[in-house]
Amino acid sequence: MSGVLASMVDGLLVGAVYGLAAMGLSLIWGVMDVINLTHGAMIALGMFCLHFLYAATGINAYVLLLPTIGFGLVIGLVVYWVAVHWVLGRSMLMSLLSTFAVNMMVIGIGTAVWSTSPYNVNFVLPGITMGAYTFTGNHIAAAISAVVIALALQLFLYHTRTGKAIRAVADNREAAELMGISSTAVLSIAFAIGIALACTSGALVATLFPFTILSGAVYQLKSFVVTILAGLGKPFGALVAGVLLGLLEGVVTPFLAVSWIPLIEFGLFVVVLIAFPQGIFGKRATR
Amino acid sequence: MILRRPFFWIILVIAAAFIYVPLHDNDVSLREDLILIAIAIILASNLNLMIGYTGYVNFGHIVFYGLGGYLGLYLTTVHGWNLAVSALLAGVVVSSSAFLFGLVLLRLRGAYFALATIGILQAVQAFVSNFDPWGRSTGMYLSFNSYQSLGGARHALWITYFLIIAVMALSLIVSLAIKNSKFGLGLFAIREDEDAAVVLGVNATMYKSIIYSLSAFLPAVAGALMFFKNGMIDPSSAFEYMLSLEGIVMLMLGGQGSVVGAALGGTLYEKLRSYLLTSPALSNFHLVIAGGLLLIVVLFAPGGLIGWLYRLVPRAHKVIE
Amino acid sequence: MSALLEVLGVSKSFGGLVAVSDVSFSIAEGEILGLIGPNGAGKTTLFNVVNGVYKADRGTITFAGKDITHSSADKIVHLGLARTHQIVKPLNDLTVLENVTVGACFGREHLDMAAARKVASEVLQQVGLGNRADLVAHSLTVAGKKRLEVARALAAKPKLLMLDEVLAGLNPTEVATMIDLVRKIRDSGISVLMIEHLMQAIMSLSDRIVVLNLGRKLVEGKPDEVVHNSDVVEAYLGFPDIVDRLTRVE
Repeated sequence: MSGVLASMVDGLLVGAVYGLAAMGLSLIWGVMDVINLTHGAMIALGMFCLHFLYAATGINAYVLLLPTIGFGLVIGLVVYWVAVHWVLGRSMLMSLLSTFAVNMMVIGIGTAVWSTSPYNVNFVLPGITMGAYTFTGNHIAAAISAVVIALALQLFLYHTRTGKAIRAVADNREAAELMGISSTAVLSIAFAIGIALACTSGALVATLFPFTILSGAVYQLKSFVVTILAGLGKPFGALVAGVLLGLLEGVVTPFLAVSWIPLIEFGLFVVVLIAFPQGIFGKRATR
Repeated sequence: MILRRPFFWIILVIAAAFIYVPLHDNDVSLREDLILIAIAIILASNLNLMIGYTGYVNFGHIVFYGLGGYLGLYLTTVHGWNLAVSALLAGVVVSSSAFLFGLVLLRLRGAYFALATIGILQAVQAFVSNFDPWGRSTGMYLSFNSYQSLGGARHALWITYFLIIAVMALSLIVSLAIKNSKFGLGLFAIREDEDAAVVLGVNATMYKSIIYSLSAFLPAVAGALMFFKNGMIDPSSAFEYMLSLEGIVMLMLGGQGSVVGAALGGTLYEKLRSYLLTSPALSNFHLVIAGGLLLIVVLFAPGGLIGWLYRLVPRAHKVIE
Repeated sequence: MSALLEVLGVSKSFGGLVAVSDVSFSIAEGEILGLIGPNGAGKTTLFNVVNGVYKADRGTITFAGKDITHSSADKIVHLGLARTHQIVKPLNDLTVLENVTVGACFGREHLDMAAARKVASEVLQQVGLGNRADLVAHSLTVAGKKRLEVARALAAKPKLLMLDEVLAGLNPTEVATMIDLVRKIRDSGISVLMIEHLMQAIMSLSDRIVVLNLGRKLVEGKPDEVVHNSDVVEAYLGFPDIVDRLTRVE
């Protein structure tokens, strides 16, 4: 039974990273009503970013999260101006397709450049041993990093001008514009932050497991499940829901093959959406 | 009614050309080219029913094709059934299952539905990879004597080709018929504004389920035929994620919502694809180019090639549907 | 004469917010009933409950003798109850004719395409959109879209037409044309239930008026009675004696 407990603790720790990833998705979705289908690819890019940063500098991988965040912000701005800005007013279908197209391109380039052989980040922190079980230092550091970044985001959204502007635009774009907030600037920053969160969560995952350019897809599904559970535009709720999902995985993993987990999460996704057909907090999916 | 639409006859002419030209010269390599185009047209035009007509994006459309392939191959190889019967039955089983799943799945609106379809592909592929009677991840192989009942391998391949062309023609004709029908009008209303459509008397739930299952039928039949011709099937070739994505690119490229758009997009993209796959420099960038094309279409020409044609020549609407 | 529509004790809440509380009224055949009240009074919510978009928490709704309390919106149209929306919902990429054909196809008479198109053309002539039949819906002006909304509902051959602020956003000429149209609709035998804010319009059109405030029915009666009712004045303006105060000469 304590095997399950250890698995649950691991799950809880990884869940914090799931939560961080979901925050990125939820922020973009909540602020500009765009379902970011590049999310998985961005997570994968974050994994590669950390790999190359670490390989080049050898600095503590968790310190390297900071330039990774910067990388994510830059990539986010690029994607915003290439694919997202122009489809903002149009139907949900168009933004789904444009982000989907970018996803295809990133995966395509990634596969061509890095093939599908596994990469990893060879940085290991000493762990904590309790009885027969060791909790790897990486798991703990990843969870702590996720929580710290989530808190930083919370502070940003609620205690800085830009953050408040983002929340204003999310709430009512026209009203915000009428009050002099440049919604384009705000939307591009919000999108960039969303992508940066995705990249960073990818980097955190890279410190835990080996990865390829295709690894992001699994985490994209988890992000969707977490976002639906937590509700749109509630970033901190996403962190909590992520931890819960991680916990659930921890309970299930000792008993089922890993390949069943995406299926279960998909089932959860569909069931939750059907129980709340207009999305948990009543936001219509179509306009 | 449909016989009065000029495009109906255009479809028949195209199908006749597809049959006559390779047959006349017994040109097997042309036939192989054309069969890939025909499959692309079948997939794109049936996907069009969901995306173009109803406004619901199905990212996992390939599931119907793959499941049809599996069922068809299973019935012909393991049980020795007649090809046409197996293919038809595969179509019926897959579309009926789609109808039942659809009743649940289509309660999800627009974007949520699209997300769910991404998951369906993963789920079905995982299920089939673990399903013993269908060979798990190795898949199934056709025993050679399955071709005997059709007069030997060479003959069988031609017959299969004709059947696939028939399915292609049917796909286009069904698209045309729906487009001009009351059912089609209801679908368009759902696409434009589902809430308004319901308030106008359209039973959206039923209509969506019907079109979802209809969009499954012919791809499933085509899958059964195609994989019979290929002689083998396995989870990765049946549920190729790429094919699903490509269906969407084809549709957007040609022009979603129009019958000929799906056909045009399918043809053009298939040509592009075979060129890319055989070019040593570009084969790795297949996905990038497809994605790039999709992005360009979405940003600059959401109506696709046909949309652009319609803007140049508004009257084209009446003939080229 | 039995009522065409009978709403009895209907209540609807959203979470903790009570939008409609114990509202009852009825509409007879050939009648125009006005529904007025300050913003947030629950008028549109009431509409949505009557035509099946929302399910009532309590109460019953009977239309043409049938209980429609639990019916879905699409079935209610088939019985003969059509409505327009406060914020118009044109089927944007379809033509004006196609929009109205939808109404005709899926309305009370379940017409086929050919018959529906004929009905749609006729209705478009009636509302004055005949010459714009082949235009794409999103290219119409606001007034045009409002008329399209009405035409679509009419094409369903309703016995009762529910209009939600059909005059909002129209200039005086357009208002006059629309008022005329509403009268013609009633004269053709269709009952009308209309939400309106334009007082003169509702006063001149309505046979009776129901006033809602904060989700409850305040008053019901002939236009003259209602407008002089002090509760109604207070609901709109805050003070029952405001008319006196404003017109008192100091």
